[in-house]
Amino acid sequence: MNPLLLFVFVLAIFLGLELITKVPSQLHTPLMSGSNAISGITIVGAIVAAGEGGVLATVLGTIAVTAATVNVIGGYLVTERMLGMFKRGKDA
Amino acid sequence: MEAWQTFAYIAASILFITGLKMLGRAETAKRGNRISAVGMLIAVVATLLAGGLDYTWIVLGLVLGGAVGAVAARRVQMTGMPEMVALLNGSGGLASMLVGWAEYVRTDNLLAFSAVAIVLTVLIGGLAASGSVIAFGKLSGRLDGKPLLFSGQKVVNAALLAIAVLAAALVVAHASGALAGGGALAFAVVLLVALALGVLAVLPIGGADMPIVVSLLNSYSGVAAAAAGFVIDNVVLIVAGSLVGASGLILTTIM
Repeated sequence: MNPLLLFVFVLAIFLGLELITKVPSQLHTPLMSGSNAISGITIVGAIVAAGEGGVLATVLGTIAVTAATVNVIGGYLVTERMLGMFKRGKDA
Repeated sequence: MEAWQTFAYIAASILFITGLKMLGRAETAKRGNRISAVGMLIAVVATLLAGGLDYTWIVLGLVLGGAVGAVAARRVQMTGMPEMVALLNGSGGLASMLVGWAEYVRTDNLLAFSAVAIVLTVLIGGLAASGSVIAFGKLSGRLDGKPLLFSGQKVVNAALLAIAVLAAALVVAHASGALAGGGALAFAVVLLVALALGVLAVLPIGGADMPIVVSLLNSYSGVAAAAAGFVIDNVVLIVAGSLVGASGLILTTIM
């Protein structure tokens, strides 16, 4: 393992702690949903597992790619829908 | 990793950070979500083009998961959004758990550090996955929303946690050569106990508190993705996962 990865990890944690403050309550659910879509980044790990390994790793990796893609596509689309409602509600 | 791939991952990270920041303000939220989606697309394409990958099964998973995700997102009612997020979060946690599992079975000489990262990925990912399913059940009314309490609950949970830590230590000991056999069995225990812990952690919580639980589990699945990043030495997983893990914790306390 590259020790610099730990360095990146610590900095990203601190950045994440500072990134969102004073979020209006109507945005809580969309923000949760939008950040949930980002955690679908595990799709990158799933792709590697499904495309590089032996039989069992390929099976597990393929299920992982499927599950992570559901998370990514579903997550972004659901957030988009929520925010669409939010905008219209505000204009009215 | 080649230079262009590093640049692509940096671009994706910048888009995630900007997108997440913009999601927190009403005027910019919609654009923020799209910016973060572009980041995801860049990260996925950069990974696919890295070379040395057999695309057959990857494409199957992408098409299948994309179809399920798109249909589910289109069909869900506005009132059903919190349980939908719970389900999607469970899906992501499951994916991280499976990534950890796959790396465990395909790595012959596991380093102790990688073994630690793998058991953490499986533990946190598994807990987020099964916990999210229970949260979905409670939010959608498929499970009783009342807190489910039984005597000795705390003792059972503490015992399970102790078993998980012990089994995880055995996996690491086996990987570092301190233990001759039993690594696979210990790994199976970690996996099953993680799933059980997720269920038992969410069952005693009432339905009204479920959105907060989902927010916390969202933070967990971010941490699981970051742990998976250490497993496969991938920087974009670490950045995006830790961002979600840390900001999810803040959102949970705000809520």
